[in-house]
Amino acid sequence: MSKTPAIELTGATKRFRTPSGALHTAVRDLDLTVAQGEFVAVVGPTGCGKSTTLTLVSGLEEPTEGEVRVDGELVTGIDSKVGFVFQQDAVFPWRTVLSNVMAGPRFRGVPAAEARERARDWLGRVGLAAFEDRYPHQLSGGMRKRVALAQTFVNDPTILLMDEPFSALDVQTRALMSDQLLELWAGTGSSVVFVTHDLDEAIALADRVVVMTAGPATVKEVFTVDLPRPRTVEAVRLEPRFVELYREIWASLGEEVRITRERGAGRAA
Amino acid sequence: MPLESVSAVAGKPPVVTTRTEARERAARNRKLGVYGARVAVLVAFLGLWEVCARTNVVDPFNFSQPSKIWDQIWQWITHGTAQGSLGEQIGYTLYEALTGWVIGVTGGVLLGIALGRIRFLADVFGPYIKVLNAIPRIVLAPIFLIWFGLGPASKVASAVVLVFFPVFFNAFQGAREVDRNLVANARILGADNRRVTLQVVIPAATTWIFTSLHVSFGFALIGAIVGEYIGATKGLGLLVAAAQGTFNAAGVYAAMTILAVVALLTEGLLTFAEKKLFRWKPADAGDGR
Repeated sequence: MSKTPAIELTGATKRFRTPSGALHTAVRDLDLTVAQGEFVAVVGPTGCGKSTTLTLVSGLEEPTEGEVRVDGELVTGIDSKVGFVFQQDAVFPWRTVLSNVMAGPRFRGVPAAEARERARDWLGRVGLAAFEDRYPHQLSGGMRKRVALAQTFVNDPTILLMDEPFSALDVQTRALMSDQLLELWAGTGSSVVFVTHDLDEAIALADRVVVMTAGPATVKEVFTVDLPRPRTVEAVRLEPRFVELYREIWASLGEEVRITRERGAGRAA
Repeated sequence: MPLESVSAVAGKPPVVTTRTEARERAARNRKLGVYGARVAVLVAFLGLWEVCARTNVVDPFNFSQPSKIWDQIWQWITHGTAQGSLGEQIGYTLYEALTGWVIGVTGGVLLGIALGRIRFLADVFGPYIKVLNAIPRIVLAPIFLIWFGLGPASKVASAVVLVFFPVFFNAFQGAREVDRNLVANARILGADNRRVTLQVVIPAATTWIFTSLHVSFGFALIGAIVGEYIGATKGLGLLVAAAQGTFNAAGVYAAMTILAVVALLTEGLLTFAEKKLFRWKPADAGDGR
């Protein structure tokens, strides 16, 4: 059972039709395996198709070609094992904080009393117990992100997909949130795919860092991050091994970033 | 004067007016100024009208004058109208407008959201709705009078067709423009299609729908009044028609005044309901001028 990878993409390709009618290939021939309980960070140049990879795993979109498997089963729709934290705010603005966190269990048919109890538990863990009656617009960006985390974790996902979840936050809040994420994740044993364009964040959080090519995205290189856990983001950054890894991975990633930038310049000219 | 002497006797230090207090007082004064100016504008307008009418600058027979309008309203209140008591006329008009409004809003919201959510329906019915919308709907009132007779039904019908379209288009737009992240999030969290519609699309579209509710209640009143004006046995529109038939300009104005008051009151109720419903929205940023 535990031998089955949590996530397995084989030859996954996704093409979109753009508004002008042309075909755009976002992901091409992508092979990626994530083991049970593994934390994988995906880095790549802006707009290369990292997010599309996540929507394929989540079942929000179907691959044009190739296969996506979760726990060995072919993904055909949205799987209840999957949790997804979005880049933009996706909490429901018309629901209170508590009601937002209760939404998942309630959608899945859990009785209100039990859902409330579980939601309160997770609100406590993200440090928002005192804010359960507030509406999202009354919270700061970091607090809203914590609501989103609680909203996702309350469903006990075994697969956690995160699409640049902290990119809209300021640097200090981002470090705090990363630490909080590691803490929350440590207790769950779930597998994580964390998409980011921030290499620092990727190395600090992950067991493996996957570097994507300039779009259409496919896997370029995979690096194993052999830094001991438990980690705290601020401390791990100062370790010599971290700097070594950073240099190694950047050598690979930097090239793709350059290609993307040159393409952009070519298009602008 | 008594205030000064008290503080002098008590020997307290002079009251320190902080900037906050000064600012609060300035805000209060400004508010009073606005209210005062509003009343002054009204008084000046009515006064000028009255004076012009009495000095025959404008013809009082055609243009009437505020005092006569007030007399007319007062007479209706105390002695009733030719068609029965004034309350009954208001009640009829309100009943027709409200019934038409409720039916039009319900239909508009349901169809708008259904077409906004189900692409196939939108593609099939889109052109037909466009054609219907292109008809100047107020001309349907005579048809409804033929179909449904002099009673309230024909007025309700004209109110419905006036209300339906703006509400429909807003609900449709609202359902179409729901934030895709919210829908994706709800689906990942485990919501099925029905729940996405009920718990994401409808709440997200309420902002759009409510903006149309304000306008559309006005339309419902117009529908009811025009219907009554064309042919009815009761109602404020009939008062207007009857007054016009007897060259009673004061009567027409009086009915208009009553209508305006009724419309403003219902508008106030709607705003109140909206405030209750939209507690989750940030306070209007436009207010901070």
